[in-house]
Amino acid sequence: MINTDKEDKKYTTVSIPTPLVEKIKERIEGTGFTSVSGYVTYVLREVMANMDEDEEEAFSKEDEEKVKERLRALGYLD
Amino acid sequence: MQKPHGGKLVKRISGNRDVGGMDIIRVSNDVAKDVENIAHGVFSPLEGFLCRDDFESVLSHKRLASDVPWTIPIVLDEEEKKHGEGDEVLLESENGMQAILEIEDVYNYDKKEAARNIFGTDEEEHPGVKKLYGMGDFLLGGKITLVRGSESPFEKYLLYPEETRVLFREKGWKDIVAFQTRNPPHIGHEYVQKTALTFVDGIFINPLMGKKKKGDFKDDVILDSYKALLEHYYLKNRAVLAVLQTEMRYAGPREAVFHAIMRKNFGCTHFIVGRDHAGVGNYYGPYDAHEIFDEFPDLGITPLFFRSFFYCKKCGSVVNDKICPHGEEHHINFSGTNIRKLLKEGKRPPESMMRAEVSEIILESGDPFV
Repeated sequence: MINTDKEDKKYTTVSIPTPLVEKIKERIEGTGFTSVSGYVTYVLREVMANMDEDEEEAFSKEDEEKVKERLRALGYLD
Repeated sequence: MQKPHGGKLVKRISGNRDVGGMDIIRVSNDVAKDVENIAHGVFSPLEGFLCRDDFESVLSHKRLASDVPWTIPIVLDEEEKKHGEGDEVLLESENGMQAILEIEDVYNYDKKEAARNIFGTDEEEHPGVKKLYGMGDFLLGGKITLVRGSESPFEKYLLYPEETRVLFREKGWKDIVAFQTRNPPHIGHEYVQKTALTFVDGIFINPLMGKKKKGDFKDDVILDSYKALLEHYYLKNRAVLAVLQTEMRYAGPREAVFHAIMRKNFGCTHFIVGRDHAGVGNYYGPYDAHEIFDEFPDLGITPLFFRSFFYCKKCGSVVNDKICPHGEEHHINFSGTNIRKLLKEGKRPPESMMRAEVSEIILESGDPFV
């Protein structure tokens, strides 16, 4: 594990209600999670990933037509 | 449509850049493939080679500094510190690739520590570790812009993410499962693929073409054997075969996640993870590559975990240990080692192990091994 000052700056503290922390402690007992922070990070990553916005259209009609032409030439599209 | 990893499909290509007078760094054909994969979005969200922050974060946390999951460091090494931050250099390879690197970071690194993090070992016998120990002492980080792509012997089967995304949409596929492979298919592989395909709209079979270790199958043999399998045993509107040009790292569980990320960028929603995925020797447990996915609730592609299929004489069919109640004495395993041994002796494996059309391609190739 690389552990430098820079590494410490990658983490910050957030406040959550103490009763919630207690519930989390109970919940993670006997699981692969070794800390409340680890569990909260896991849950938040999952939540945030599901909230990601839709992808923007990457290319123009002309670009897309070129792609389709190549796919047809290679036999991937009829 | 599946979102690219990190939210945006990277495209860093410019055929009009003037590269005259730039310092040249000669890179291997494997590095050239990394450059092209970055430029064409296969490695999205990477826009170049990792700078120190990302490199260290990948080693320690299996994530980029931005917290996006990323497990294999994509780096460019140099023997001596010849360049500095702000320099622009031209990367050139024997296979014709040219790209500009805008150097943002030059840093050294601890090879043993990197090896332990990436491969779980610092033993030089491990092929990935051996390669790492042979690298230069400095790493150059920064964005790349592809000026000229390399020549590929697999041009007709080489697709990049912006192409597969259009292809899948045109086929009307929404749920797409990807299959990573570095071997010609035996019956066990086919069952894994078809079992997964049953639940989705299409399968993207994506053999890996690139440097492999001695004893692995040659790239053209793998591709030709899959062409034969698809021609005879798959519905044309349910399967796509295209190659991925990148080397095997043999990083086991970390590489399984990396393989999944690349296929997410191609537009796939599911990824098949088999037994000892991307493993070598006995360095990883048979299902380590399944367990690592628990660390990534935000990966954005669903892993489909498979145990090995085998033939059960009592069931009279191909089964796995979840569905067959009979003892091992009734089972015939699709052992890669046994199949290889037969092929090495010029013998055709039984059709219960490998399709005749596939064996024929391999045997006709003369020497099918690297």
